[in-house]
Amino acid sequence: MTTHPTLNEIDRYADGDPGLDEATVWSIEVHLETCADCRARLAGSTTAESRALVAEVAAAVDRGIAAGPAPRSRSFFRTPVRQRWFVAALLPWVAMTAGVLGTAAVLTYFLSELPSIVLLLAPLAPLPGVAAAWSRRGDPAWELIVGTPSAGLTMLLRRTAVVLVLVIPVLAAFAVLGDSRADLALMLLPCLAFTAATLLLGSLVGVHRAAVGLMAAWAAAVVAPSLATAELPVLLQPAATGGWAVVTVVLATLTLLRANSFRRVTSF
Amino acid sequence: MRAVSTAETAATIHPWAIHAEALKVRAGRHLAVDGLDLSLGTGVHGLLGRNGAGKTTLMRALATVLKPAGGRLTLLGSSVDGRADLRHARRALGYLPQHFGYYPRFTVREFVSYLAWLKEMPKPDIPAATQRAIDRVGLSAKADAKLRTLSGGMLRRAGVAQAIVNDPQVLLLDEPTVGLDPEQRLDLRELLRDLGTDACVLVSTHLVEDVVAACTEVVLINEGRLVWQGTPAALAEQGDDRHPGDSAAERGYSALLRRHLAEAAR
Repeated sequence: MTTHPTLNEIDRYADGDPGLDEATVWSIEVHLETCADCRARLAGSTTAESRALVAEVAAAVDRGIAAGPAPRSRSFFRTPVRQRWFVAALLPWVAMTAGVLGTAAVLTYFLSELPSIVLLLAPLAPLPGVAAAWSRRGDPAWELIVGTPSAGLTMLLRRTAVVLVLVIPVLAAFAVLGDSRADLALMLLPCLAFTAATLLLGSLVGVHRAAVGLMAAWAAAVVAPSLATAELPVLLQPAATGGWAVVTVVLATLTLLRANSFRRVTSF
Repeated sequence: MRAVSTAETAATIHPWAIHAEALKVRAGRHLAVDGLDLSLGTGVHGLLGRNGAGKTTLMRALATVLKPAGGRLTLLGSSVDGRADLRHARRALGYLPQHFGYYPRFTVREFVSYLAWLKEMPKPDIPAATQRAIDRVGLSAKADAKLRTLSGGMLRRAGVAQAIVNDPQVLLLDEPTVGLDPEQRLDLRELLRDLGTDACVLVSTHLVEDVVAACTEVVLINEGRLVWQGTPAALAEQGDDRHPGDSAAERGYSALLRRHLAEAAR
């Protein structure tokens, strides 16, 4: 902090007195930048000439602001463009998922002797969206993105969260409104477990392949037999809820441990 | 007293910006880069080679997109092979892929600032850095045009803008001159010379005249190995009138390549 200049010095500075040497002018200016009191004193000692100049500049700046483009409004619905794009790119997949689940609900309604097809298919619901969110075909700029420092598990989790936010309400709606009155936890926990499994397997073989593989495996090992025998498998009985919760937590933890493998192009 | 993090004590000057020893990189099953030794410092380096010489695979490995299958690769003093943490090196990296995908609905400004955000630039700096990058590639008039409305040459320049937005210390441009008209190519050469004064710029190209005009050094590779490295003037001295080519540098290029192929056949 420099010492305050005297009122006499400020008066002479405001007048542009040629008798004031350069070093003094500099030290006054440096001090004025940090001291509001001295700036106020300077305002009191300005000449009519400099006040007229300041007024002229202010009028010109006002004119410039009035003539220039209006500032962008930041309305509530204005989300960053990347999020809008991403949601728009995912909507077809979510619509397809909702369509498949709707068909399953209609089939369940008419074929009452079969177990709830909605419940059988619910674990797979987010997988097409997750695969689309992290694949070379789903993201045209993958080669640019995978070379940036943000590429990695955090980014994949953020995209997966968007998919889940879009898919889970659809599932919940089917669970609540469907005539089977399926257990909500039994719809959503397997769905989270399969999402975690896709990410974990995806760290080894790529998320897209992992999603396709898991969907095929579940369809062959659980959906087809239970449709053939017309019985709900033991995996989807209410007693299995705890097991699904444990599996979800274990798979999610293992995925976090493999976070480093999402930094390269192999996971795409 | 306060704790000093390793990032603060890390060296800021490195003997080589890019240092590869016996580097091996796979493209699919094929070993496209096979035992390459390469050391590049500050300046503009032109990467020459025939089709399938491993230029694009090498670029992808240097951009940390592909994981090396063997050997050692160091970018700005930090190792980027195996399980190393890539974030430090990636923050100082700019990369223009050969075929770069983009989001057609984004404007140039949105696209460049999205990539700046992905490169973890401080948020308050992004708008100014974006504008500067767009100005430097000469797209200021099209800054708010959607990417799908741009011509091929303009898209290429938008790609260069996203590569230079974070003032990278290592800049990798894979065929940046494709689709540019002659005047834009001259502007790009000027930009490359400017960038090369304080960064390591590696430009892969087929056009020998671009390399001679804009580069301080020429790197010639074939079948994933280094064939020759030297100045453009030294390249021009390699050939004579017996070799095909319209300029001294082109004759030098074909002379080097023929000599290498003859040695490899023996």
